[in-house]
Order: sequence, then C-alpha cells, then structure tokens
Amino acid sequence: MANSTHFEWLPEKIDWNTTFETARTLNSREALRFYLELASSRVDFIQTARLDRAVQRIAEYARTALSDPRPVRLAILGSSTLSHLIPGIRIGALRREIWVDVYEGSYGMYRQELQDPASGLHAFRPDVLLICLDAQHLLGAEGTTVAGVLSGIRTCWQLAKQAFPCSILQQTVLPIFHPVLGNNEHRYPQSTLAMSWSLNQELRRASASEGVHLLSVDMLSAVDGSAEWYDEALWHRSKQEIHPRVSHVYGDHVGRILAALRGRSYKCLVLDLDNTLWGGVIGDDGLSGIRLGQGSALGEAHLAFQKYALALSHRGVILAVCSKNDAANALEAFERHPEMILRRKDIACFVANWEDKATNLRAIAKALNIGLDSLVFADDNAFERNLIRRELPQVAVPELPEDPSFYATCIASAGYFESLGATAEDQQRTAQYKANAERELLRDSVTDIETYLRELKMELHWAQVDSISLPRVVQLINKTNQFNLTTRRYTAQEVSAMMLDSRNLLLHFRLVDRYGDNGIISVVIGQMDDENDLLLDTWLMSCRVLGRQVEAATLNIVSNLARDRGARSIVGDYHPTAKNGMVRAHYKNLGFAHVEEHPDGSSRWKLDLARFIEAQVCMQIIEGQHEYKRDLQSAY
Amino acid sequence: MNTSEIYSQLTSIFREVFDDSSIVPTPEMTAEDVKEWDSFNHINLIVAIESRFKVKFKTAEIESLHNVGHLVQVIERKVNGA
Repeated sequence: MANSTHFEWLPEKIDWNTTFETARTLNSREALRFYLELASSRVDFIQTARLDRAVQRIAEYARTALSDPRPVRLAILGSSTLSHLIPGIRIGALRREIWVDVYEGSYGMYRQELQDPASGLHAFRPDVLLICLDAQHLLGAEGTTVAGVLSGIRTCWQLAKQAFPCSILQQTVLPIFHPVLGNNEHRYPQSTLAMSWSLNQELRRASASEGVHLLSVDMLSAVDGSAEWYDEALWHRSKQEIHPRVSHVYGDHVGRILAALRGRSYKCLVLDLDNTLWGGVIGDDGLSGIRLGQGSALGEAHLAFQKYALALSHRGVILAVCSKNDAANALEAFERHPEMILRRKDIACFVANWEDKATNLRAIAKALNIGLDSLVFADDNAFERNLIRRELPQVAVPELPEDPSFYATCIASAGYFESLGATAEDQQRTAQYKANAERELLRDSVTDIETYLRELKMELHWAQVDSISLPRVVQLINKTNQFNLTTRRYTAQEVSAMMLDSRNLLLHFRLVDRYGDNGIISVVIGQMDDENDLLLDTWLMSCRVLGRQVEAATLNIVSNLARDRGARSIVGDYHPTAKNGMVRAHYKNLGFAHVEEHPDGSSRWKLDLARFIEAQVCMQIIEGQHEYKRDLQSAY
Repeated sequence: MNTSEIYSQLTSIFREVFDDSSIVPTPEMTAEDVKEWDSFNHINLIVAIESRFKVKFKTAEIESLHNVGHLVQVIERKVNGA
C-alpha cells in the first residue's frame, strides 16, 4: 500500500510485515529497537498507525529509552478533526528518537481551552502547542477579512504565551478554495482563495516577529499537489482537512520541527565523490573524463547537486567528504576542475582513502566534534549505504535515487536540516544535546564488516572470457586505472588471440549480491611459463567492490586453476603508475613473497602453491556464466 | 477481477488496518463484529481500499454501505468498470 511519492528518501523494507509481527512478540527493549528501524523505512499512513499502536503498548519503557531523554508534551488544538494526525506526529518524533505525549483539545474549543485556567489544556501544561485551524473555519464565513482572522490568531498566541512557557507551532492555511474568476483571482478582494494566500503571507510576517514557528502545509500541498492533501468528500464525511493518506507526512514535518526545537536537527552532510558529486570515477576517468558541468545532462545534474550542497553550507550545514579514492586524485578535482562549484575550502573534513566508510564516518564525527547522529551520509552506492545503516544506525542515510537529477530533491524533501532560525534558547539547547551526541560517539567502535558481508549473500561467478563477455572485459582492461597491477592495455583482437592459446588463463569475475548484479568487476590474465609457474600478466578490479574480499576469493580460484595445470607457484608483478598506488601492497597482503624490486618501483612477487592455504571468504564461489542480467554499473 | 480476488486483497487490507493477522472478512461482517473497527479505522479502511484498488467511492456509496458483502459489490463494480 506504500505510496511511492512519500518518504522516498527512506529505504524500502521488504520484510516489513514479518519484522513487525516478530517485534511485537519481543520484550520492550528489543521491540523498540525494531520499531525504530521500521519507523525509518518507507512506511505509509496505515503502517504508521500500526507502529504507533504497537509503540504505545510499550510506552512505559519507550518514553524514557530514546536518545533524547525528555519527552515532549505536545498539545494540539484546532477547529476540525485532528485525531487522525496524532499517530503520524508520534511516529514522526520517534523517528528522531523523541517521545511525544499528546494532548488533543476538545473539538473546536480551542479559544475556551486557552482562556480557561480549569481546562484540560492548562492541566496538561504543554511545552509545545500546535495550532491547526482549518481554512473553512478561518475564511469560510461571510464578511471575513484577513486582518480580522490574523488578529484572532495573534490573540491565541498571546493567550498561550501568557499561560505556558511553550513553543508555538502554527499551521498555515491549506489552500482548499476554488478560484471563482480564474487565473487573476487575486483581483477579487472577497475571494476566499485570494484571502488564504494573503493570510499565509501575513502569518509568515507575524510569526517571525512573535517567535512563532510555522508548519507550512500550504507549501507541502503545493509540492505534492493539493488533491493529495485535501479531499472534499472526506471533509464532508469526517471533517478531516488533512487527508489521512498524508497524515504520516504531516507528522514527520512536526517531528522535524520538534527535533529542531531540541537542537537535534542534523548538522553535517557527508558527501561521497564518484557518481555523487560528479559522474564517473576520478581515479580511472581522470580530471578530464569525469562528467561535471555544462555540455552533458548528467554533468549538469551533478553540478545542480553541488549547488544545493553549497546552499546548505551557506545556511550553516557543515560539509564533509568521505570517498574511496586516493586522496591526491580526489583533491585534484576540487583544486583543478574548472566546473566544480564546491571547493576544498567548503569542506570542513575531507577523507579520501580505502578504509571502510563506517570507520571514516566515525573519524569525521570525531574530527568535527559532533555526534554520529548529526551526520547525513549521501552516497550513490547501495552497498555503502546499507553498510552504514547497519553499522551506524544513528547516521541518516538518504536513499538517493538512481538519477542524480533528483539528489537535491531527495535531500530537501527528507528535511534533515530543519532549522527555525537560531534563537538564544535554541543555541543553549544545542549545547545541552551536544553532550549526549559525544557519548554516542563512543558506543560502537568496531565495524563488523564480516557479519555485514555474510548478510549480503554474495556470489562470485567466474568463467573463462568468451565472445559474450569480451566487450566488457576489454572495456575494463582499457579503463581501469586504480586497482590495476600492471595497467596493460589490450584491444579486443589481442584478447581474442590470447584466448586461442591454451596455456593462457583469461578469467572474468562477476559479483552478485542481495541487492543485485554488480556485473563483471574483475579480470585476471595468466600464462603458464616453462618453469611451471603461472605468471599473472593482468589483475584488475573495479573499485566499486573494494573491501568485499573479492581479491582473496579471486586468488582462491586462480590458485586452484594453477594447481590443475601443474603449476608450483604463482608469480605476480606490480608496475607503479600515477593512479595505482592503492595496489602497491596487493600481493604482499595476499601472502606472496617479495622476489625483486626495480629502480622504477616495480616489484615481483611469488606464491608457493605447496604452502598456500585458501583464505576464508564470505561468499559463494560459482563456476560458469551467470545468467546475463542488466549490469548495475555497466559504466562502473 | 473476480469476487475471490477482491476478498483476498481485502483480507490483507483488513489485517493491516485493524492490526489483526487472523481477521478474515466475510460477506455478513459489519463494524459491530470487529473490535478495532472504530470511526478512525473506518476512514483509514476506505482510504486504504481506494488507494489499493485505485478506485474512488462516491459519498452516497459510503453512506449506504451496510456490510462487507456490499462493500465488495461496490468495489467489484468499480474495478470491472460495470
């Protein structure tokens, strides 16, 4: 039932129902952990209502077990049906680890509740007051003026401020009215539609001077389409102005504002580089090969995303970089690419290396002295995203869409950086919560890559290069710069010729995991020489699958084939280039012995097969062609 | 879409909306028979059916609904374009 137009930044959880059913049978502590995970997946309004019921059942435990230890007391007052908004609000806050105790004012009695010291509202003593006045109530009556309505709303604010030390959230007016004249409706002063526009404008002005925060449902319904937010039939039937179908979206926006009030908005956007800030792989494609900027639609899309990131940084969001790259290659783009909008000075913390990204995110948080729960991690690669979700659940990981044109849309609609404009009070709250964030930093210190890899259900399919795989193999041979031991380039004709000689071993490797088929990601070419050694002419791999034990698994396969051919040892060479520093220690790491080193920095390594023991790897090895599917990354 | 296909989809909607993994909608069933079938869940049920079956109920139709069997007839008419 999930509506694909909502919560598109959250990952889909395929086994949502099963996980939910299981969670309900567990003790409160375990259950809450699952509920938090389920709340941060792509849910719809029904799933939100179910989660809310389940969480309410463990309320006694949950309300003090979240990382924000103080529950919010939120009162919601209005002039029409509001109860359908409450589950979404509670789950929207829970998604940010904030517990909300809700008081719902009696239907339509908001003025009396505010004025009467004996009212339920006064007894509740809210610390946040949400005022949701429907458009019919505000503007539907004959003879209404914008000034009159505004003054009525201001009175409510004054009453609330006198009665409680609370933050006030005012819902803007949902534009539900029909135009009577058409495109130039604003020329007709009695138009309720035109009045709703001016009232919203006036509310924006007044709220700024009175320290009231707005919940801009007019903006949200403009983005989604007003039919998505308002249904006249439902209004007549149940006086629900906000459509139940978007109640979880409404609630998520309330949750964002609560997070901002508590100083819990995210503070830092951590950016991947290759295929995130630009198209292509800088280490392989080089400065002139990456797609960025004018001239290509893809390049413009990446540029637009950089522009959005820069706008965030101008509003006070910290930018960081976390990339699997040689630092020199990565920095070169920032310093020398003419189209780059982001420059080195815009990045507060720049990490480019071959470590796993969980380790690097910990280092970034530490360096910036902020909590991991302040980080938003933007990466086009599903493997990296899921690793972080698993290892560092406190980091927000938006499900970036496949098309970079929509990266900014994704980050913007997720509302990670919701900000109310800093008041002195907010500043102080931030300081209080920073202490919590720092404790968080120490929580998990070791990345459990092994378990993650096992859960990936990887399969390494290997086969001899044939005419079908030849084009991709040749492409890799000519394109791969970084994970490439010898950087020998061959044409299709040359590779075909090698295929004819039975002393040659030409292998390609394809990696498949639970998220899909990564395509052919590695090529090894070897020759049996006269001394019964298998001499490795070429060993290359796509950097996309680094850190997944593919190298070790590849060696296991190659060593078996070498033994079958009567080889006593495997010999490998490393030829340094400007780009392949990352594999300098490749053979050493796999247990090869150093044979010789040349003045140009190239080296020769040897593995004695009699003594070689296969490494344990977290993947299934499968011989033969994998059924050809669309390569996930045909261009890497 | 035939009647039994509609019932099978309706079963999963009922289970989600009423949060009860054992509920099986039957033709004679009414809101009286389901503990969780209150006004809040009634609206959710209608909205969920509308989005799952990609149909839109008329106000008059909703007002006249008297049991699950009748609800299914209305859905059937709509999805089959009759």
